[in-house]
Amino acid sequence: MKDRTMGRIVLALLLLMGLSACGPIEPWVKPYERDKLADPIMAMDSDAVSTAYIQHVYEAREGARGGEGGGGGGCGCN
Amino acid sequence: MLRRIISTIFLLSFGSVAVATVLPDDRTDVMYHLYDGGGVQIDGPSVLVRKKVGKSVSLIGNYYVDMISSASIDVVTTASPYTEERKQWSLGADYLRGNTTMRVNYTSSVESDYDAETFAFSVSQDMFGALTTLTLGYALGDDVVGRSDDPDFMRHLDKQMFSVGVSQILTKNLITQLNFETMTEEGFLNNPYRSVRYADPGSALGYSFEPELYPNTRTSNAVGLRARYFLPYRAAIEGEYRYFVDTWDIEGHTGSLTYIHPMGDFTFTGKFRYHNQTGASFYRDLFSRSQATNFRGRDKEISPLTSYTVKLKAAYEFLNDDGNKWGFFKRASVTASIHLLHIDYDEFSDLTALAPIGSEPLYQLDADIFQVFVSFWY
Repeated sequence: MKDRTMGRIVLALLLLMGLSACGPIEPWVKPYERDKLADPIMAMDSDAVSTAYIQHVYEAREGARGGEGGGGGGCGCN
Repeated sequence: MLRRIISTIFLLSFGSVAVATVLPDDRTDVMYHLYDGGGVQIDGPSVLVRKKVGKSVSLIGNYYVDMISSASIDVVTTASPYTEERKQWSLGADYLRGNTTMRVNYTSSVESDYDAETFAFSVSQDMFGALTTLTLGYALGDDVVGRSDDPDFMRHLDKQMFSVGVSQILTKNLITQLNFETMTEEGFLNNPYRSVRYADPGSALGYSFEPELYPNTRTSNAVGLRARYFLPYRAAIEGEYRYFVDTWDIEGHTGSLTYIHPMGDFTFTGKFRYHNQTGASFYRDLFSRSQATNFRGRDKEISPLTSYTVKLKAAYEFLNDDGNKWGFFKRASVTASIHLLHIDYDEFSDLTALAPIGSEPLYQLDADIFQVFVSFWY
């Protein structure tokens, strides 16, 4: 059941990517309209050294991993 | 001992999604980190340096140290407190060609009883006027597990990770990321020091311990979705969700909400994170007898649990782009953050309470995580 759910997610992702290849797509957000997206507060991982560390802590304390992007750091597991 | 998690992180790090076809800024970060909770203290430095070479190559290097002092619940119930040090370094390069960025990275982690090496490669492609970035990643890990009390003990663990990520600009104010990662591990997956507990009527406590025994393989899948939105005033909000499932029957849901608010030269960030997971199929807090099942584990990390984190962060930019250059530095900032982590374990008993078997209280973990770092852009 869990595998089926994951399979559907992957299928949806592939369909999305496939649809996007069906024809030329005009950028609907023009380069000159991206000033807010370029603001440093919109950077997803603005401090790699910090993000890597805290993800490492979670990896050490929880059973799940991945899917978040970024990575690296330290832990104490025993 | 620090376990395979260290190298696992580096496998996963190549699932991250680039946002545009430019090389990362030249930058150096010098960080001090401290983890304090559950009888464990870990602190040390981390230095990360990134520098362009020419117009199409960016090099990155990281040196990281963990100094560990542990008297955790696992250690005090079955072993002795210990201190240890782990050193890690990594080198990588980004190569930009047109709308494509290729990344390679090598990481080495060394401690007295665990060595890990990771090789990683990824390719990012910008499409549709840089509205979309597709990233494909692959990583290979080779770990060697030892025991501090047995120099002849040596086991191997091999890992592979595949990832697909899409970063998508949806509106002038909204950017999203979708990451999918699958990882396979084969080899020695359990912790050579940890034990499981089983009912033993002949024991004074009513239970005894024996070494844990994990399966030799594990495959996991994770899909994560993030969205960051620029608010009508200059501030941002981010939502994130991750679904995780693996062949050990651990299923996890993780969600978080972040708010970022700049104020003059300061930027303040607040975040709440929630994580809930089921336990591994072979996890038991108390086994009915010795060797009761083929595989046995009592690591609290693979038990059913719920964790909550509150993060507060403040950054102060003391040098910026307005012309006040300081030597060859363009910008500089100092950042401090604290994470308050609380974990409720649903099936992991606190044996230090010395309560009668079956009536021990459930364990709870509280940890404070501090980070202070200085960043320079040049």
